[in-house]
Amino acid sequence: MNQPRIDTSPKVSDEVRRTTCYMCACRCGINVHMKDGRVAYIEGNRDHPVNKGVLCAKGSAGIMQVNAPSRLRAPLKRVGPRGSGAFEEISWDEALDLAVSWLKPIRDTAPEKLAFFTGRDQSQSFTGWWAQQFGTPNFAAHGGFCSVNMAAAGIYTMGGAFWEFGQPDWDHTKLFILFGVAEDHDSNPIKMGIGEIKARGARVVGVNPIRSGYNAVADDWLGITPGTDGLLILSLVHLLLKAGKVDLDYLARFTNAPVLVNGDPKSPEHGLFLRDDDGKELVMDRASGKLAPFDQPGVRPDLAARHRRAGITHRTVFQHMAERYLDDRYAPEAVAGETGIPAKKIRALAAEIARVAFDEAITLEREWTDFRGETHKVMTGRPVSFHAMRGISAHSNGFQTARALHVLQILLGSVETPGGFRFKPPYPKPATAHPKPHCKATPGAPLDGPHLGYVQGPDDLCLTADGSPVRIDKAYTWENPMSAHGLMHMVISNAHAGDPYRIDTLFMYMANMSWNSSMNTGGVMQMLTDTDDNGDYVIPRIIYSDAYSSEMVAYADLILPDTTYLERHDCISLLDRPICEADAAADAIRWPVVQPDRDVRGFQSVLLDLGARLGLPGMVDEGGAAKYADYADYIVNHERKPGIGPLAGWRTGGDGRGAPNPRQIDRYIENGGFWVSHIPDAAAYYKPWNAAYQDWAVKLGLFDSPQPYLFQLYVEPLRRFQLAAEGHGERQPPEHLRERIKATLDPLPIWYAPFEDGHADPVEYPIHALTQRPMAMYHSWGTQNAWLRQLHGVNPLYLPTKLWQAHGFADGDWAQVSSVHGTITVPVAHMAALNENTVWTWNAIGKRKGAWALDENAPEARKGFLLNHLIHELLPARGDGLRWSNSDPVTGQAAWFDLRVKIEKVPPPDRSQPAYPPIKSPVGQGPGTLAWKVGE
Amino acid sequence: MTTLPQSTDRKLGLVIDLDTCVGCHACVISCKGWNTENYGAPLSDTDAYGANPSGTFLNRVHSYEVQPPEGTAQLVHFPKSCLHCENAPCVTVCPTGASYKRVEDGIVLVNESDCIGCGLCAWACPYGARELDAVEQVMKKCTLCVDRIYNENLPEEDREPACVRTCPAGARHFGDLGDPESDVSQLVAARGGVDLMAEQGTQPVNKYLPPRPRDRLDDVDVLAPYLEPVTTGPQGFLGWLDRALDALPGGKE
Repeated sequence: MNQPRIDTSPKVSDEVRRTTCYMCACRCGINVHMKDGRVAYIEGNRDHPVNKGVLCAKGSAGIMQVNAPSRLRAPLKRVGPRGSGAFEEISWDEALDLAVSWLKPIRDTAPEKLAFFTGRDQSQSFTGWWAQQFGTPNFAAHGGFCSVNMAAAGIYTMGGAFWEFGQPDWDHTKLFILFGVAEDHDSNPIKMGIGEIKARGARVVGVNPIRSGYNAVADDWLGITPGTDGLLILSLVHLLLKAGKVDLDYLARFTNAPVLVNGDPKSPEHGLFLRDDDGKELVMDRASGKLAPFDQPGVRPDLAARHRRAGITHRTVFQHMAERYLDDRYAPEAVAGETGIPAKKIRALAAEIARVAFDEAITLEREWTDFRGETHKVMTGRPVSFHAMRGISAHSNGFQTARALHVLQILLGSVETPGGFRFKPPYPKPATAHPKPHCKATPGAPLDGPHLGYVQGPDDLCLTADGSPVRIDKAYTWENPMSAHGLMHMVISNAHAGDPYRIDTLFMYMANMSWNSSMNTGGVMQMLTDTDDNGDYVIPRIIYSDAYSSEMVAYADLILPDTTYLERHDCISLLDRPICEADAAADAIRWPVVQPDRDVRGFQSVLLDLGARLGLPGMVDEGGAAKYADYADYIVNHERKPGIGPLAGWRTGGDGRGAPNPRQIDRYIENGGFWVSHIPDAAAYYKPWNAAYQDWAVKLGLFDSPQPYLFQLYVEPLRRFQLAAEGHGERQPPEHLRERIKATLDPLPIWYAPFEDGHADPVEYPIHALTQRPMAMYHSWGTQNAWLRQLHGVNPLYLPTKLWQAHGFADGDWAQVSSVHGTITVPVAHMAALNENTVWTWNAIGKRKGAWALDENAPEARKGFLLNHLIHELLPARGDGLRWSNSDPVTGQAAWFDLRVKIEKVPPPDRSQPAYPPIKSPVGQGPGTLAWKVGE
Repeated sequence: MTTLPQSTDRKLGLVIDLDTCVGCHACVISCKGWNTENYGAPLSDTDAYGANPSGTFLNRVHSYEVQPPEGTAQLVHFPKSCLHCENAPCVTVCPTGASYKRVEDGIVLVNESDCIGCGLCAWACPYGARELDAVEQVMKKCTLCVDRIYNENLPEEDREPACVRTCPAGARHFGDLGDPESDVSQLVAARGGVDLMAEQGTQPVNKYLPPRPRDRLDDVDVLAPYLEPVTTGPQGFLGWLDRALDALPGGKE
């Protein structure tokens, strides 16, 4: 054969620069191959703890993000009406002077008039600190409209939840059960884990109305009715308890199952724990028959105890649980109708869980010592693991549902044991070890403490003397007492309504609030542009920072253009949303692997500059000069407390604790952009109770002293809110919320129907409507990426076979979809692997004409659509004059997935409805043809 | 008309696990990135930000639904690229000899300098695995990353196709399918790997591992004993609890 000779060893690149991805929130390590100083190719970093070399479609497409025509180019000042997109470019000095001229008077007189909310921010420990120094109580990031139910339920129950808090023990688990997830939370690690366990024959079960993505590869799929996951989980609890398939030893030692509960309905402490004089929960020692604090050495807490004191009978938490969950209300036959899962399937799943947990228990020969001083020869695992995210939490019953799932894991004894769920440092960290919320604003001074935290009862709510909300988003009020991440989705609506008050400046970062990040998108656009009787905007000033020409840009008065993730410094900090593994603490940086070719600046550096110009404490030195040159300077030199800074690696004097090291960022770059510190083997499991882990965590600076604690099957702070609603205590809820608080803030997991079922007649609106995010896209960002938009350029509404046939749909048809709130007209497609009463579409594919540097006739702008138009941030008015938020009553999480709709077939329109007029693009439109090789 | 080699020294190819492919498109984009920068002309995109974006890809993922007569429907993600067939019709149909199958490893390549962009090979391929680049007007196809797998400028562990290196779910495997002892051959044997559209007689080197049977959890009742109630009623449950606690290590028994 006369074969051509080809070069099989071409030069790959001039240099590899290793940094951290930001194509989604997963934060994988990437190798950026450079040619002629430009980005040529991106691959996963094999040494990185998160992705170990693999990389998803988004990550590999990063080159098209750093080249995207949608990148903003310079600071912008609005010159046309708000919403038009008419801007003029201004200098950074002009931009910052303008911002100071708005913010300085606010700080000096009424700091709460600034509402500063950041979206998909990965620097919340910094942005929160900035807001605290400014003095406004009105700060949060996007957790309130994302997955705070999952996070808060996990923290209150066991000191952490999924994703950043912990992960399945992929190396040992034998049964992995996945409840509704957005497929980028957690992106690559979940795919890697599923691949690993399937390769060794472990079973994967998916519980999700939609069988796509991870659910498509699940060995078994339970196509559950949206909003009923909690009921399914409690039915599993019912079956397992009834069969005695729970880990009694684990429950007695490590949870509050044996803690004694006041059983006197007349007592102001009814439902609270019996405690000793030091405030420690009391248990009955089964050996001596005497009361003892839970942590007393040698105590054998008795799950079956009953104790009478001062005429009041106290029973254990475990007995309360048995009484509730053994009830036939939770029998499979009783829940099959609501959940859409046949009773036989529920029994089969429960039995498989029982079989794997108890017949396939695994033992690691590792000695460890618990917090009571008892040494255990082995570590015994119940190799059943779970993962869940927004699918179960973005409902108005999401907090209790997420609680139920955490309780199920604990009953099995599979949390922090081999084969189960494992925390990642700095978790486990119970609610009591977190700060409480702070909200006291003083003109010209910082806030009295960090904004966000974990309340323990009514005393910790953020209320004024007259009981009205302190915060613009009404976080930490009786409407949603445990709103640990704030309620970003209510900020614009409340500010527009002047409820609880009006603000002066809305300052947002990376949050596409006039489009896919808001409920009631059309309404939000109207609120942002609404004027008062004087013709002034109701929300007087809006500052926005984004790297790209998103829909939100047009609705701001001042744009502070951010860099892309390859052009900036960042830190992925242990103080924030870390990237640790179950076996290691880790943090990471981003650094400018290329310099911006536009007049843009990293937002965090801009915020420091702005802080210095405003003279904010901590951002200026004694002489009033800027303390930090930029964000990189802050990352290295800022100390949150002595020896603890944003990065834990390579501090002077050691890892974790130590003085700032001027070479710290260089050391990170040399190490591939990250730092990792492994947990000793004997400390790797039982972390909340393992003395070796606690000591390791103190040494690293995660805690200041060992903090062993019990898992909270029964969450006493919830009961404190119920007690208030029952009339006990000084701080009382408003009358209209009493019954709801009694019903929903139950200290043991419950299930109640999603609130939407109460106002959208299930007969008139019989269909559940959901969105999912495709694995290859992240929020609205993917569409500006020339490669990714070819994967997901359209988003039909997928209909199950039953609805498809009932309405006589055929390929190419369109449907009108209506909720109690609105109507959209959209293209439809058939999908068989779908819950028969559920329709869904890909999230955030639909685009506003003029945004993202796309052609106005791009399919995303022509046929793409948002379900957001059908979802309101408020529940329908009840005639009581009150604005009821469409959120979880415990945490305030946006109840996106409660949505009910009806559909009808309609003639195809020329584009999806509603259609909005184009916005003027500040960056023009992208080029037609792309064909290049970098370096040639 | 171009001839195929009588045999090849090795049969390098991919084994793609349809049981674990989650359809994430990581392989698609990693391939696009590597092959834009490397072998032959860049993979172009036309109307990249417009109404009809269309680009060249050497690897795409399709999704198919399977509705069994009984029970729930399934979704199968199906990555597809050149299968480097032993009896490759795309090679024999090539009028210029641009398409060829390498003797040393069986990789099917297009010599772009000889390609006239006639498209006959794409028409002959029963898998639709070749794409004519709209800008360069040459035929593009999977090279099995021939410029990675032997590349001495890469660390040895990286000498595998970009799609295999990046696959998060570990659903893609690379090796010599001509060697029955190789990891990939062993995997094919163990998992019942199949030829795609074997009836076409193309003898593809790439193999697909079929999805394992799904939805068998409640097929049989062997699990029922695991849910045998310990007793009936709350009082009975407490009695059981008492006995069970006594039976724990350190209990009375």
